[in-house]
Amino acid sequence: MPVRIWRKPLDTDKVKVPEGEVHIIKSRCKGCGFCIEFCPKEMLETSEEFNERGIHPPKVKDKSVCALCSFCEAVCPDFAIYSVKKECKDGC
Amino acid sequence: MAQKDRTVLTGKHFMEGDVASAEGAIAAGCRFFAGYPITPATEVAERMAQRLPEVGGIYIQMEDEISSMAAVIGASYAGVKSMTATSGPGFSLMQENIGLAVMTETPCVIVNVMRGGPSTGQPTKPAQQDVMQAKWGSHGDYEIIALAPNSVQEMFDLTIEAFNLSEIYRIPVIVLGDEIVGHMYERVTIPSKEAIKIVSRKEPQVPPEKYAPFKPDKDLVPPMATFGQGYHFYATGLTHDETGRPQTDSAEEQKKLIQRLCDKIRKNVDRIIKVEKVMLEDANVAVISYGITSRAALSAVRKARQEGIKAGLLRIVTVWPFPDKYVAGIAKQTRALVVPEMNYGQLVREVERAAKETPVKFLPKLGEEPHKPVEILDALRRVHK
Amino acid sequence: MSEEVHPFEGYLRGGMIPHIWCDGCGNGIILNCFVHAIDDLKMDIDKIVVVSGIGCIGRLSGYTNTDSYHTTHGRAIAFATGVKLANSDLTVTVISGDGDLFAIGGNHFIHAARRNVDIKVICANNFNYGMTGGQYGPTTPLNAWTTTTPYGNIEHPFNLVHLAAASGAVFVARWTTLHVRRLVESIKKMLQKEGFSFIEVITPCPEIYGRRNKMATGIEMMNWFKKAADIQNNSDPAKAEITSEKIVLGEFIDIEKPTYDHLLSEMISKVQKKMEGGGGQG
Repeated sequence: MPVRIWRKPLDTDKVKVPEGEVHIIKSRCKGCGFCIEFCPKEMLETSEEFNERGIHPPKVKDKSVCALCSFCEAVCPDFAIYSVKKECKDGC
Repeated sequence: MAQKDRTVLTGKHFMEGDVASAEGAIAAGCRFFAGYPITPATEVAERMAQRLPEVGGIYIQMEDEISSMAAVIGASYAGVKSMTATSGPGFSLMQENIGLAVMTETPCVIVNVMRGGPSTGQPTKPAQQDVMQAKWGSHGDYEIIALAPNSVQEMFDLTIEAFNLSEIYRIPVIVLGDEIVGHMYERVTIPSKEAIKIVSRKEPQVPPEKYAPFKPDKDLVPPMATFGQGYHFYATGLTHDETGRPQTDSAEEQKKLIQRLCDKIRKNVDRIIKVEKVMLEDANVAVISYGITSRAALSAVRKARQEGIKAGLLRIVTVWPFPDKYVAGIAKQTRALVVPEMNYGQLVREVERAAKETPVKFLPKLGEEPHKPVEILDALRRVHK
Repeated sequence: MSEEVHPFEGYLRGGMIPHIWCDGCGNGIILNCFVHAIDDLKMDIDKIVVVSGIGCIGRLSGYTNTDSYHTTHGRAIAFATGVKLANSDLTVTVISGDGDLFAIGGNHFIHAARRNVDIKVICANNFNYGMTGGQYGPTTPLNAWTTTTPYGNIEHPFNLVHLAAASGAVFVARWTTLHVRRLVESIKKMLQKEGFSFIEVITPCPEIYGRRNKMATGIEMMNWFKKAADIQNNSDPAKAEITSEKIVLGEFIDIEKPTYDHLLSEMISKVQKKMEGGGGQG
């Protein structure tokens, strides 16, 4: 559809999408699922492991797509997940 | 032009009781008043509304007595000496927050100018019907301090004393006036500013990282930090430990806290209690009295002495904590005690408890008239036989 | 054992996390957004006072590493009034629930708004009295099932933003715990604004309210917010409805009005100047 082409911002090649790294404090997770449900990249999923509460904390499905939107960090009620800028070797 | 210092109106005045209480508060350093008009305490609020801006203080008329008491606690936690003034119906509304003030160890003063109750009662008539409520009005186990002035001068003096006691013991203190002492005009001598002793709360001696807001010193009173000084402390009405953290599941913490809140008064009674002893050294009958009634009692005791009756008077100034030891001591040396009260039996129960075997003659007075001296004299004559 | 340290750890009171709130409860998100706003603004944490009332959200004051006070039910705003007037350098915030602020505390809310006392109020609206097991409250929707409306609620709920605006608040907004970015921005605006400011935050209570009203999980409730959200900034607060199909959100009121504190200090200066000018009353 023609609209697709126009949606790409003109300065796309100049602007670098940030790369983020998600950290999970597994012991704090209460399993609400907000981070998994609302991650725009759908990069989180429920893990198989248990924490002390008997909850399956989230785990990163695909760490390459994190754009550091930090929505998981903002929407977590338990301070159990946060994202940091990825350290890149070649300078991002 | 140098600003005139209006904090202490040194000199001789002819003043109303309520107004004297307001002046005492300002002299004691009170700079925040939150209240609600109620007969016969309205004049305290009106005086504070006029005078507090003169000394840079804050008067706010809240929407009810409940919020008045809450605002008083808030201002005290922000470091300002605070008070409110009310009467029976308002005093009832304040009880929950008085409990909060006790639980969070908040220095503050509540003036209760007692009137006929219960409920709306007789708004313009005196009574002494809130005496038990001053001690037991809020739920839970606690101790409190209540002072009973019997003159306009004492409305001034005891309000200052109330502030000092509240600051020393981090506890709400009640000034139990009544409609007579609140509304009558008498001569008041206000001393110079330097002559007035003012005490303020203990401040923390440790840095914020080491501060525990409810960790007591040896006198069982914790030093009090103020909001905004970097202490980041948490105060809650829930049962809490010394760090202020809620401990709603710990029987041990509940026991520790309640015992300390009560013991900080019980173990310091000797420093808190104030009584006036008149002609008691050789008395074999005595009147135990407080507040406005004590003036008629004094007159009766003097007349009794003229008739050859060895009568004496114990005027209780600190109604709570109740001066057990004084009453018990007098009970031992006398053959009977007379207790006049403007109610149907309140403090007399405490007297009976402390007096043990000694008979107690109770003289109730309900309605607007205080006791006549001859009524108390008659009782002395009868018990003396 | 992990060295993971949340970026906002310093704003949380040691030894109090994990908090008592259920999984799926939005109160933790409100806490998160609150400290996020403070962090963004780099505010002096020493000057912030957090006051809360009774209820699940009332525990929030214990979780922030600030001067905090947990009052009796409904009286947080009155307490906060005393604090602010006694020390106007403090930023006084009240974070409490729909019942605490608008049932038992309703009277104090409207008067503080009317006076325009400079306090910042965040209401966690979860449509019921969660802490005590899910009784109805002044914001419970009509026909909802709660433990004290077992045949359906027959009371109309408040429109909180309408009430706040009508009472005189100078800043009024409503967001949900899903709209975290906008909520943080509104909290920031509120913290920097002078006057009585109010943000209603619609928050999921799946365990107690949602479960009995066909939304058993936090995710279901948040998806309701997502589906029904209708952002209408500056629209008429009287028309800001909340239904199963539509939740009107936005910043509704942002006006300037002399605050109580300002008028009070003006009055005190005037009185004191008059005294300096000679005479006073004996």
